[in-house]
Formats: sequence, C-alpha cells, structure tokens
Amino acid sequence: MPSTVALTVTRYRPERESEPTFQTYEIPFRKDWVILDALNHVKDTLDGSLSFRWSCRMGVCGSCGMKVNGTPKLTCATFLSDYLPGPIRVEPLDYFPVVRDLVVDLTDFMRKLRQVKPWIIRKEEKPPGEGEYLQTPDQLDVYKQFSMCINCMLCYSACPIYGLEPGFIGPAAIALAQRYNMDSRDEGAAERLKVLSEHDGIWQCTFVGECTKVCPKHVDPAGAIQQYKLTAATQWVKSLLLPWGAR
Amino acid sequence: MDLHACDVLIVGGGGAGLRAAIAVAETYPRLRVSVISKVYPMRSHTVSAEGGAAAVIKAADSLDEHAYDTISGGDWLSDQDAVEAFVREAPEEMLRLEHWGCPWNRESDGHIAVRPFGGMKIERTWFAADKTGFHLLHTLFQTTLKYDAIQRYDEWFVTKLLVEDGRCQGVVAIELATGNIQAITAKAVILCTGGCGKVFPFTTNANIKNGDGMALAYRAGAPLKDMEFVQYHPTGLPFTGILITEAARAEGGWLLNKDGYRYLQDYDLGTPTPKPVLRSMELGPRDRLSQCFVKEQEKGRTLEGPYGHYVHLDIRHLGEKLIDTKLPFVRELCLKYVGIDPVREMIPVRPVVHYMMGGVHTDIHGATPLPGLYAAGEVACVSINGSNRLGSNSLTEILVFGARAGKAAGAFAADQAGGGPSLVAQAHDERRRLEEAFLRKSGGKERIATLRTEMHQIMEESAGIYRTEMSLKDAAGKLKRLQERSQNLSLDDDSYTFNTELTAALELSYMLDVAQTIVQSALERRESRGSHQRIDYPQRDDERFLSHSLAYRAEDGSPRLEYRPVTITRWPPGKRVYGR
Repeated sequence: MPSTVALTVTRYRPERESEPTFQTYEIPFRKDWVILDALNHVKDTLDGSLSFRWSCRMGVCGSCGMKVNGTPKLTCATFLSDYLPGPIRVEPLDYFPVVRDLVVDLTDFMRKLRQVKPWIIRKEEKPPGEGEYLQTPDQLDVYKQFSMCINCMLCYSACPIYGLEPGFIGPAAIALAQRYNMDSRDEGAAERLKVLSEHDGIWQCTFVGECTKVCPKHVDPAGAIQQYKLTAATQWVKSLLLPWGAR
Repeated sequence: MDLHACDVLIVGGGGAGLRAAIAVAETYPRLRVSVISKVYPMRSHTVSAEGGAAAVIKAADSLDEHAYDTISGGDWLSDQDAVEAFVREAPEEMLRLEHWGCPWNRESDGHIAVRPFGGMKIERTWFAADKTGFHLLHTLFQTTLKYDAIQRYDEWFVTKLLVEDGRCQGVVAIELATGNIQAITAKAVILCTGGCGKVFPFTTNANIKNGDGMALAYRAGAPLKDMEFVQYHPTGLPFTGILITEAARAEGGWLLNKDGYRYLQDYDLGTPTPKPVLRSMELGPRDRLSQCFVKEQEKGRTLEGPYGHYVHLDIRHLGEKLIDTKLPFVRELCLKYVGIDPVREMIPVRPVVHYMMGGVHTDIHGATPLPGLYAAGEVACVSINGSNRLGSNSLTEILVFGARAGKAAGAFAADQAGGGPSLVAQAHDERRRLEEAFLRKSGGKERIATLRTEMHQIMEESAGIYRTEMSLKDAAGKLKRLQERSQNLSLDDDSYTFNTELTAALELSYMLDVAQTIVQSALERRESRGSHQRIDYPQRDDERFLSHSLAYRAEDGSPRLEYRPVTITRWPPGKRVYGR
C-alpha cells in the first residue's frame, strides 16, 4: 500500500482562468477513504479554494457526482483503493456547463424535470379523509425501480445523445416520467406522452445503454426509455387505426 | 442591489420546507411563496431518513397510545397539547403523502403496511423500504413542481434575517453561483433548515447540517429551546457515522456485546425473546440504548476497532429475503462502506449523534416569539419530542408542523404591508460585513478546519451521552475562546463564484453559536432526563426542571437562560417503563 497518492483535479475559477486547468495534490492514502474524503482533505488542509458539492456522504443525496478517471461516479461511494497507485483524475461531469472547479450548472436538468410532470395526475382526487388508494405489492413493484433515482446526473454525463443534442430530455427525467406512468394511482400518462414524444423526447435515444451502466442506484433508465418507446409507438399506431381516439 | 420580494419566504427545501410551501400555495393561492435553500431541495437531509414515519392508521391503534408513547419516550418534557395535535393530524398528513405518490410499502390487499419501532407500543410506522426519507422528500419536491405559485432560490445561502419594526421581514442571502449578496424581503419567514449534528465529530448528519436556522433566529433575538437534548442513535457505522436504521431492530435484529450476549437485558429493558417485543429490549428508546452502550463499554464488554469501541448488530437470522425486501439499504450500505454482507455477517455499530430535540422556540402553530418568524421541523422545538424523540416521529413531525407553519405564516402574511427601504440598507451593511470579515480580509491566521476540529473535541468531551458540571464549565470557556479566534479566520478563496470556503466559514460561526447554547443549557440543567444525563445529578427532578430551557443571546454574545413550564394535559409525569 502506498502512503500517498496523487490527485489531479480540474480547476476553473472564471474570475481568474479563461479555461479549465489541472492541479495535482499529494494526499495521504487511507484504505477507508472515498474520493470525496480526499477532496475534503485538500480543502481542509492544502487548498481551501477548491470547490465541489457534497452533503450526505452515504450515496443518497446525489450531490457529489464527478468524473473519476473518465467515468461518472458518486465520489462518496468510490474508494481511493480502487484506483491505486494513481494518479487519480477528478473532473466535473461532462455535458454540463462548469460553474467553478468541480461544480456544474444543473439549470437545464431542473427545467426538464418539471417538464415531464413528475407528480400524480388524476381526474378526481379523493380527500385524505377517505383513506389511501389501494396498491398491491405487485403494483408497487412495477414502478419501484424507477422511483429510486437520486438525480445525481451521472446518466446525463454518460449519455452521448445528451452530449450531441442538449435538447434531449434525458435518461433520469424520462425514467421519472415512466415512474409516474406506471403508478396505479396515476392517470397522467397521456399528458406526459405529449412532452416525451415530441422532438426532444425519447426517439432520439439509440439505446446506447451507458446511462444504465453508470447509474449508482440501478434505476435502469435505458430500460425505462425502451419501455416508453413501445408505449408511444403503440399509441401512434392506434391513432392511425382508430382516428376517433386511441383510448 | 436587486430587490427580491415575496409574501412567504421559506428557508430550507427539505421535508418541512416543501410541506410548508404546499400548505401556503393551497391555503392562500394568491400569495407568492418562495423556497430558498443552500442546496437543491432533493439534496436536503430529509433524504437520509430511513426507517419510517409514525401515524395511527390501524384499527388496533389509538391516538392516545401514540401520544402516551411519545410523551413517556420524551420523559415528560413534551408539551402535551402539541403532542395531541401532532398525533391527531398525523394520519391525514400521511394519507396526503400517499395521494401525492409516496411509494409506501403495502399489505397484500393493497392497504398501507406498518412496522414496529423503538419505544412504540403498537405498530404504527409507515415505511418505504428503508429509504422512507428519500421517497418522502422526492415525492414532496416533485409535487411542489406543479404549483406555479411556488418559486425557488436554489443554492442561495442565507446569512442574516432582516428584522425591522419588531418583525421579521426577509433575509439577506448569497447566490452561490454568482456571489451576489441580496435582500429577499417577505411578509413572513419560515425557518426549515433542519438540525446541527455537525457540531459534533461523529454524526449521521450530512455536511449541510450546521444549525443555520437556529443561529439565524438566535441572532435575531428568538430563543433556542431545550438545546441540551441531543439524541445519540444507538446504531451508527464506525468511522463514517452512517446510520443503520432502527428498522433493523424492529424487524428482529439483536444487539450483541463481545460475548455474543444480548446485553440490553442487564439494563431494565426486558428479557430476550426470539421475536421482537414492542417497547422492550432492542425496541427500547434510543436514549436508553445509547446509554447502555456506554455502561457496557465501562464493563469492558464491547469490541474495539480502529475507530473506537463498538458492539454487533446481528440481523443474519432474518434471512436474505426479508433483508432484501425491508432493509435493502442496510445491506447496500454495509456492502459498500464496511465491506460486509449483513446476510452472513454481523454489523459493527456504536452510538452516533443523530438528532436535536431542541431548536427555535415555537408555539403549536410554528410561530416564534419574533413576529413574522416561523419554524418547523428539526430546526424548531414545539416541543413534541421532549427530552428524547422516538424513532419515526420526526418524518411525521415535518409534515404536520410544516403544514401548520405554512398555514400560520400565510395567514400572517396576508395581513401585512411590504417592507420599507431600510431593509435594503440593512442588506448593504450585511454585504459590507461579509466582504470585510471574509472576502477582503487580510492578515487572518486561523484555518476553518482547525477551529472546527477543536469545536468537535470540546463537544464530544463535554456534551456527549454523559455529562458533568466540570466538563461543561470547561467547555463553555473553551467555546468562548474559539468564538474569539473565529474572528480571525484566513480564507484561501476570495472568489465570488461558488465560494464554498466562505460558506464553510459562515457555517462554522453558526455552529459555534449553537454549540454554546447546547453547553450552557446542559450546564444549567442539573438533573438527568431522557437524552440529557448528568453523572453528578443522576435523577430526574420534576420539582426544579419540569420545564423547557430557553437560551437567549446576551449582549456579549453568550447564552442567557430562562425557563418555561411544560404543558401537561392528560398524562401526569410518571416513570418510564420498558420491557415490562
């Protein structure tokens, strides 16, 4: 085991640099440390000016997504020991504008998240006093996987389509739309279909599958997209055959 | 300076803040409501809650049972009118979450499933596997997106409350992306910033839990109530402090000492049975279980590892199937962070700082004594939790009191006029302060991390599970000196763009204020009650201390304490009995 390891980190301070550069720090190697611990060591003791996001340090808040040696990772769930002997390169996620150092701009995703209407849509809502909507464990299982997304953005950073076509609504947002479509309590699939089957919707996905590979929560956005394509195509065929209404 | 204005401003975008925002939007659709948060709402610490949320739903249960469990669990320091309102409104709030799409676990017939939990006599804890907080937060956040009236300031860091004419009228905040320092005026402000676990070195709390809202209110003149009551959760992973949910014990997990012995039986918590028994053994309350760990350590019956003493949590006998359906996150966390599989191996655990029972003093509507200022969730102290919160009451609390605070703040805001130009002047002064004290300061000598580490040591040594007069007095002096040294910080970063060193410095100053109130309140409460255990005063003393402490910030910046009586309605103080 080495006693230290080199950590090479993207630096970009728009007030100071016109484009990103790299800076290397020598940090102590500890087998319990994740990449995030190393970044915090830098910030606390070597260079307080390094900026990055983090919060829960248990892989559930989704703040600390970065590229580690070229692959999108949650840095709080990625161990130094998997990258020995180094150097370890830490960069901001691809395809997002960089605000500063390892911090990327999420404005585009936040807008898309709202576009897919990720809330329960019903013609009639019953008052809470009338009790719960029944939902069997099997009905829960149908959408549960798609409800596990932590919005960490690793899938966008891995998606070549998003890289080429920033208008693409993207893996996490589509998986979330599908999470609500498949929920037995929801009646909003038709409304979401409009958003998703338009220009920037699901047709652009060529099933590269990178999104599913990098997902730390096994949400399988690629699966959601394929499932959804099938639904949308069926709806489209129905609308040709039954012009008075596809329902 | 741009002036941002709204009617109700909510500081914090976790469960309480988002629930409050929806309450305002639904109750007062004409009001402009804004949520300002230093992180995107889905990053809020609600996301880390695991086990579940308590509310009476099953026929065998009753509101009185839930109230009694809560009050006895809190060692009779809870305000009983608040507890009664809480248990009464809890079921409807939980059903609302269900209607908004929360993926609660179900019975085979489709009804809500409930699980047992520590200190609860009847099964009433709703759960979404062991990621309840995650699902609750995302459901709430996604639901807020449908309301046009709810605006957000994502990644804005609040540095000061604006107070004018004796009422709170907004905040000053830094937009992190640009470094712009701005006033956001409001007719009412609701603090929903959560707790302050990061005051301690070993905590389940996320990096963002620095007591921001507590310090903001305290500096604006509102008192902090019952700050001496700090909850240690009995089962955290050594080193990381990652929480292993109480649901692991509720489903039947055992706590074992180094001899494989279920040691809780030695501490008046009942006798061991193969199946879990409610309010008994591993399903006792958190304060008692954490105290048992210390006793067991003193007897030399814990294990020792590189990160201190620990015991074992054994869930192997539950089987892979149950673990994967009801405790999948426990397995995921153990595999990832300890490199063990709890299906086959025992989990090393030790007590870890988890939750603040204390917080900004509010009434049962979430109103603080400062007009126009409200608080809900962990930042607030209503108090329903008394001196020890029961597991699964806090997620419900953020819903019930988030909604209550939203409605009360909306009603207040509807009657108020907008703020005057003096608010802008205050904001200018605040910008000057931030620049002079941090961004443009030269000649500072102290590093943030050094002071933070010293604060951690002081708090762990003096304000842990067991406390004494001497260690607390010593800590009070040391914290005062740390406060002085914190005026002399040296920052490496003078940038206005996403300056996380500046926010870390501000968070340190919040934590130091909060730490002082914890230590001073603990020093002056010369009794033992719930989570506050004084070695030198081992008994509960209802004669002198059946009362809430209120810490006010004195002129010189130190805490000054007052007391107010506990509200007792139907449950006179009694003995806490578990396992019998």
